[in-house]
Amino acid sequence: MTLAELETDVAAPPRGPVEVFGVRHHGPGSARSLVAALDAYDPDCVLVEGPPDADPLLRFVGDPGLVPPVALLAYAPEEPRQAAFWPFAEFSPEWQAILWARRREVEVGFCDLPAAMTLAPQGRTLLDEASDGLDGPDGSDDAERGEEAGERSAVEELLGAPAPRGGDAAALRRLAGRDPLGALAQAGGYDDAERWWEDVVEGRLDSSSPFPLVLEAMGELRRLVGQRHGRYAEGEARREAMMRQTIRAALKRGRTRVAVVCGAWHAPVLTAPLGPAAPDARTLRGAAKRKVVCTWVPWTHRRLAASSGYGAGITSPGWYAHLFEARDAPVVRWLTAVAGELRGRDLPVSSASVIEAVRLAETLATLRGRPLAGLTEVTDATRSVLCDGDELALRFVTDRLVVGERLGEVPAAVPTVPLEADLAATTRRLRLKREPAARSLDLDLRRGIDRERSQLFHRLRLLELAWAAPATSDVQATGTFRETWRLQWHPELAIAVVEAAVWGTTVEAAATARVDAVVEGQSLVELARTVERCLLAALPDALDRLLAACADQAARDADVLHLMEAVPALARAARYGDVRGTDTTALRQTSEVLVRRTCAGLARATTGLDDDSAVRVRDLVDAVHAAVGLLAQEGATDVRREWLGTLAALVGRADLAPLLQGRLTRLLVDAELVPDAPARLHRALSYGSAAAAKAAWVEGFFTDGAVLLVHDPALRGLLDGWVAGLGDEEFTDVLPLVRRTFGTFSTVQRRALAQRLAHGDAAGPAPDADGPDELVAPVLATVETILEAGRG
Amino acid sequence: MTASTELAPADGVPAVLRPHAEVAFAAELEALEAFDAEEGRPRPPRWRLSPWSVVTYLVGGTLADGTVVSAKYIGSRRLMEVAVATLTTDRALLLLGLPGTAKSWVSEHLAAAVSGDSTLLVQGTSGTAEESIRYGWNYARLLAEGPTPEALVPSPVMVGMERGALTRVEELTRIPSDVQDALITVLSEKVLPVPELGREVAARPGFNVIATANDRDKGVNDLSSALRRRFNTVVLPLPTDVEDEVRIVTTRVADLTASLSLPPVSTAAEEIERVVTVFRELRAGVTADGRTAVRSPTATLSAAEAISVVTNGIALAAHFGDGVLRPADVASGIVGAVVKDPVADAQAWQEYLDVVVRERPGWGAFYEACRDST
Ligand SMILES: Nc1ncnc2c1ncn2[C@@H]1O[C@H](COP(=O)(O)OP(=O)(O)OP(=O)(O)O)[C@@H](O)[C@H]1O
Ligand SMILES: [Mg+2]
Repeated sequence: MTLAELETDVAAPPRGPVEVFGVRHHGPGSARSLVAALDAYDPDCVLVEGPPDADPLLRFVGDPGLVPPVALLAYAPEEPRQAAFWPFAEFSPEWQAILWARRREVEVGFCDLPAAMTLAPQGRTLLDEASDGLDGPDGSDDAERGEEAGERSAVEELLGAPAPRGGDAAALRRLAGRDPLGALAQAGGYDDAERWWEDVVEGRLDSSSPFPLVLEAMGELRRLVGQRHGRYAEGEARREAMMRQTIRAALKRGRTRVAVVCGAWHAPVLTAPLGPAAPDARTLRGAAKRKVVCTWVPWTHRRLAASSGYGAGITSPGWYAHLFEARDAPVVRWLTAVAGELRGRDLPVSSASVIEAVRLAETLATLRGRPLAGLTEVTDATRSVLCDGDELALRFVTDRLVVGERLGEVPAAVPTVPLEADLAATTRRLRLKREPAARSLDLDLRRGIDRERSQLFHRLRLLELAWAAPATSDVQATGTFRETWRLQWHPELAIAVVEAAVWGTTVEAAATARVDAVVEGQSLVELARTVERCLLAALPDALDRLLAACADQAARDADVLHLMEAVPALARAARYGDVRGTDTTALRQTSEVLVRRTCAGLARATTGLDDDSAVRVRDLVDAVHAAVGLLAQEGATDVRREWLGTLAALVGRADLAPLLQGRLTRLLVDAELVPDAPARLHRALSYGSAAAAKAAWVEGFFTDGAVLLVHDPALRGLLDGWVAGLGDEEFTDVLPLVRRTFGTFSTVQRRALAQRLAHGDAAGPAPDADGPDELVAPVLATVETILEAGRG
Repeated sequence: MTASTELAPADGVPAVLRPHAEVAFAAELEALEAFDAEEGRPRPPRWRLSPWSVVTYLVGGTLADGTVVSAKYIGSRRLMEVAVATLTTDRALLLLGLPGTAKSWVSEHLAAAVSGDSTLLVQGTSGTAEESIRYGWNYARLLAEGPTPEALVPSPVMVGMERGALTRVEELTRIPSDVQDALITVLSEKVLPVPELGREVAARPGFNVIATANDRDKGVNDLSSALRRRFNTVVLPLPTDVEDEVRIVTTRVADLTASLSLPPVSTAAEEIERVVTVFRELRAGVTADGRTAVRSPTATLSAAEAISVVTNGIALAAHFGDGVLRPADVASGIVGAVVKDPVADAQAWQEYLDVVVRERPGWGAFYEACRDST
């Protein structure tokens, strides 16, 4: 059917067959005008800027379960990271248009390039805000403007001033492609484009449709900006060709009143007559495509503030929602809401102040030559009248109201990846909510529901889905019944869910598969840590395979230090298992095997160590020792015996680093296997090795050993005597080491120790008690210095 | 500074050292008045200028007829708009900020532009009594004639109410709380009863109060919430970037040297930038490039101090130097401004000199000069 044929059709409405409504994306002003304009035009087909592959999803608009802000998500199923969002708020004109059509059961569809094209590897740039091609017209705009001299142009009409020239025109040009109406508002002296729409576009038209004027102004603006070049321009050309083709198709289907809702910028090239289809078909030919899947996902106001598939983001979604919802007195209602918010934060705000704030906002608007107060004016008034100039108080309001924390909802019926469906069902069952505001959650693992929640969070962590993060470290939680989590849902996690969906259809299956996949090539330590995480996540299938891999690696890995690194995580895991009532027999067995192997190889691993390696081995010995303690509590006492036996055999060896000698002695003293600690200390400090070696021994022995020093006068005396006997130079050399040792004591312990030393040891014979006081005093002073330093 | 006034040439010497704003900028105010009349811009009752013109007077601009209005306040236009808009409403204006952020300066110019008179002024101190807000008596006459209108000594506030003019209250938070309370009645009732005479003074439209307070002295005499509610608050910030601050110092120094009749001095720009940089870095606790942390001294280092350091330097250069502003001329001033506490500040300054100044290319002469005068 041609246009000429349409015009002869007697049934045709008085208006044209195609009506284009150029809107401002996410502009509540255009949304309101649009609804009225659609009512008047009464279209039988509504086409909206957006990806047509998502058309099947439009049937959910109007479903009470689909609550904006929401976004259309399109992704490539085999590479979900390739994804794009088209967000909608209640006040988005696109949303209102779809809603209008759905309520009246009028055909509605999208008319932009399909996501299948824009997400194709070569198609990505179509969505990107490319900077090339934006820098200038290729023709002389002055010449073109000459034609319109004489009558007031639509741009001038909207600006209420002569069209910009020179520098202004350049600025306008830069903005025009992204947000041309915003650019016009700015050129007209408004920094709140929506108040400009209300005032200039609607206010001056006494309720007739503003869209013809917008259309005309955009035509002029496009001429002003001129032909653009580069990849961005190519993409634009393709998009507009697609829109025209979609309109032609609708007409061909016999639609007689097609309403096209698109960004204002595109409006002028979509109006009838559309011209021949052939060039557009040529533009679109050969465009690359890929398979994509579309779905609805919940969105937030905060995310609307970032840029999106519909060009530039908006910075004040809360204010826009307010403008859309408050049909009268928006300034008064807004400032009242601000007062409520401030009162909620215990900042007293009287009604008199609200009145003053309204007056200030309006006076400011007048002073700035704006008939209506916009966000800038209400913000100035809020700061000055309601917040006493306090930026911090103002920020509460900005966060809570200007941006807002609204989160949309999507009904269960919306097709989505099975993993998302399982996640949704699980969260519902566990009474969890995916909320944008961060909050913390305390779990008591003795309660069934909390245990399951904890498992869910751990599984999601294995899937790299960062919704819940432990607020305390995993280690700290060892063997306790408590866990604290920090929950915060970001809408982008929707992509992470889709990505994780390749691993399985339920959270449990996906996490298990994910673990299986990473087992390959992991070192023993990594495996042990994964074991730990699997246990927390309650993935028994993955656990079995992991433990097998662990045992395998342990047999192959000749390095004892690697074994030692792996032991603690496994022992902790066994311990968690108990708290959670999991069967951990296999786990315990594996840990025991690892400890035994460690015992067998420890002697080899500890010969000829330099200072740094000695420190590392000391740390590992400590960690394994603690792990062995845990295992012993679970009944593995013979493992403990074997471990201590190994240490006892090692400690006598002369080639053992002094730090380790000190440490092993200490561990054996603690285990009550060495009855003669003072004698050993005496020996360590007496024979003729270097002062530094002795200090290392002291460090090994006394680290965390304040209790020993406080309660054993013999040890204390020996140590004191050693320090006192050091020569000046030696003293300077060992001071840092000794300080480090005392640094591990708590303040209280240090104070107790200092008292014991100062008061001549009520608890036992004083060191060198026979020496004259004058000799003891400096020693005490020195010890005080060391203790003080450690305290710092 | 007496030396410089004496040495100044006899011709072109201003009549007073510091004329009131309405005198110093009489020409600009007249031009704006004429412009308002031409454009038919509405003026609130008893305002000399339209609110728009008051803002222009403060932030500067060029009028349609080519008259250039100088910028008095260098900074955000938006803030000045809020200040001026406030004065047209029921609420009084409170200018809050750190020392030297132009609170008094803005207040004076606002009064000059709105009421044509910046002299109705209450200087707040701990000794400010109720009489300076309400009224007092001429005791000789009071004893001789009893309470008569002639024996009454009106406060600047009372005069402002009678005339419908702006009244300024400087350093509001230094005024004792019970005296501050006297302001509450004035601001909320807009009348001042004089029971001794059996009458009251009702404020005429055009009356309002501009108060300034320093938010460093927080807690001295904190404003009661009842009083606070009578004010809209505008916080004047420290200049955001170096360029603004250099502009502030340059313009003010030019004004001051003119009024002190100092001969023109060259290469001031370089030294001004240096002084401003030093002050900004010490204030922020970090160098301009963000790389080196420095210790902040206790002293306030605002644009006001920078202005006085440079003006002093110019006086030195003009009278004792070769007419060129050299690092040595500003060095002693800087040291004096920075080192208020002889121990802590001196140490912070020494560190800054050694760590930052010494290393900076082109700052060698300045480093030497500072070391000599420290
Ligand atoms: N943004 C600015 N624009 C113009 N001049 C400024 C600016 N900031 C500071 N000044 C100048 O600094 C000087 C000091 O200002 P003023 O005395 O008004 O400070 P103040 O805020 O009242 O300080 P205080 O709290 O110590 O009373 C004035 O000469 C003023 O011109
Ligand atoms: Mg002041």
